[in-house]
Amino acid sequence: MDKRKFQQKLGFMVLRACMLVIVLILIVIFTDIVTKGIGKISWSFLTQAPRNGMTEGGIFPAIVGTFYVTMITALFAIPLGMGCAIYLNEYAPDGKRTRIIRMAIRNLSGVPSIVYGLFGVALFVNMMKFGTGILSAGCTLGLMTLPWTVTASEEALKAVPRSYREGALALGASKWQSIRTNVLPYAVPGMLTGTILGVSRAAGETAPILFTGAAFFLPGLPKTITDQFMALPYHLYIMATQHHDIVGVRPIAYGTALVLITLVFLMNLTGIIIRYRLRQLKKD
Amino acid sequence: MNKRKFQDKLIEYIFMLNGVIVVAALIAIFLLLLKNALPAFKEIRVVEFLFSARWNPTSYYEETYGILAMVVSTFMVTIGALVIAIPLGIGTAAYLSDVASPRVREIAKPVVEILAGIPSVVIGFLGIVLVGPAIAKLTGQYNGLNAINGSVLLAIMALPTIVSLSEDALSSVPKVFGEASLALGANPWQTLLRVKIPAASSGILAACMLGMGRAIGETMTVLMATGNAPAMPAALTDSIRTMTATVAIELGEVAYDTTHYYALFAIGLVLFVITFVINMISDIVLQNYKKKTSY
Repeated sequence: MDKRKFQQKLGFMVLRACMLVIVLILIVIFTDIVTKGIGKISWSFLTQAPRNGMTEGGIFPAIVGTFYVTMITALFAIPLGMGCAIYLNEYAPDGKRTRIIRMAIRNLSGVPSIVYGLFGVALFVNMMKFGTGILSAGCTLGLMTLPWTVTASEEALKAVPRSYREGALALGASKWQSIRTNVLPYAVPGMLTGTILGVSRAAGETAPILFTGAAFFLPGLPKTITDQFMALPYHLYIMATQHHDIVGVRPIAYGTALVLITLVFLMNLTGIIIRYRLRQLKKD
Repeated sequence: MNKRKFQDKLIEYIFMLNGVIVVAALIAIFLLLLKNALPAFKEIRVVEFLFSARWNPTSYYEETYGILAMVVSTFMVTIGALVIAIPLGIGTAAYLSDVASPRVREIAKPVVEILAGIPSVVIGFLGIVLVGPAIAKLTGQYNGLNAINGSVLLAIMALPTIVSLSEDALSSVPKVFGEASLALGANPWQTLLRVKIPAASSGILAACMLGMGRAIGETMTVLMATGNAPAMPAALTDSIRTMTATVAIELGEVAYDTTHYYALFAIGLVLFVITFVINMISDIVLQNYKKKTSY
């Protein structure tokens, strides 16, 4: 084998190794959490409240809390994200306005999550007087997920062939008529699933809810929208670092982590399947 | 203007409003941080805030507000993370764009996406239960919660960004570049190394910068896995406390309307400015790159 061929073989091997390391990282993460967390998962773990200073019982209030907050996040981020995507993809020509909006979206996605937390405290908790609770936390997360929902919606809009729009316009339809009758019916399912997935990423966030409404422990479920709540990621944080018996509650922490990554995994899988379908649509 | 045209325009403005709100949100974040940070500087000198390493806001004798130690700590873990993530990330991106068969790519890309979707609190937890003990064994420390641990975790957090954006950059290199190189007798490895990677270099650079932005802003992983000792770090094996971790630890306990409260917002402002500048630069680099490679 000559030198060049040898170099190529070696080089490609190194690249393959890089990929393998990443696959390995993912495998280690999942096997560790699954093997150590699966023993804790039971019906009662999922449906009971923590008991006995959070050393026993389940994580039901944290699941419910995460669900409630994600609902508010969705109400906040989905209409705004979809509207923004429609403007960017359908209306705005490649002009100055679009450039500024796109720049803002890219920058929003780079703002650190703890800074969103600070912003939530300043705006929703203190200025708008929502107090610390589901509403403040949901709005904070909603703002944070905007870049994701806009991008996901745009992807769905882009999958609709241009000829659909042109067909309507050629028949004398106005811009809005063409969007309403020839674009949205095909794009909305993809937009909705995409945005819901974007929003669901917020369910795993901890830093933005630390000070806007998440609670260490609550005796009951939240009753109103401004009540404090327990949340899965925050619960894991507490169980891993703040509990007085960290080693003793480690199994609960693993169980919580398993529930959390299962959620994330399922959502990702749905997203991947949907994107695959969208691509098929475009090919037709 | 007739009714139909008017209606059409109105609807356009309604959609535009959504875009305006997004821009307004970014400006609002900056202004609110500024508004809540400025009162801190009635009592703290800006020079002391930025260049003193002593952060002790709850001292009985003399409260000090210097963020230098946490700025250094933040950059220490970030650089550590990039040293791991950049070679690994670019290598993976090159593998995905040039070596992997289409079928392998279909499977491998979701792997990167799933890694990106793992909540930071879970990665932080693994820092405590997996990475920490491993480091403790190697260094003989008690629990392995230090800057190395933080770097390893941040590398995992930054990897998906670096991989997917570098891969985008590599696959948007015009096909003719590679074909010309192959036609001149270079083999695929030489083509990748001497033609494609240089052609994609600004895109790859932007990817690394965005990865860096993510690492600087990460909160939960460093909060959980670096030990949070608020002192100037001397070595990678020291326990450190980043800017993000300081805000996360102290904002919950601080009294509203105190210098300490405002000082935490000032840290937030510094974080915002750093990540904003990094984003802007990578944005400009990326735009130039797109112009260069569009044929």
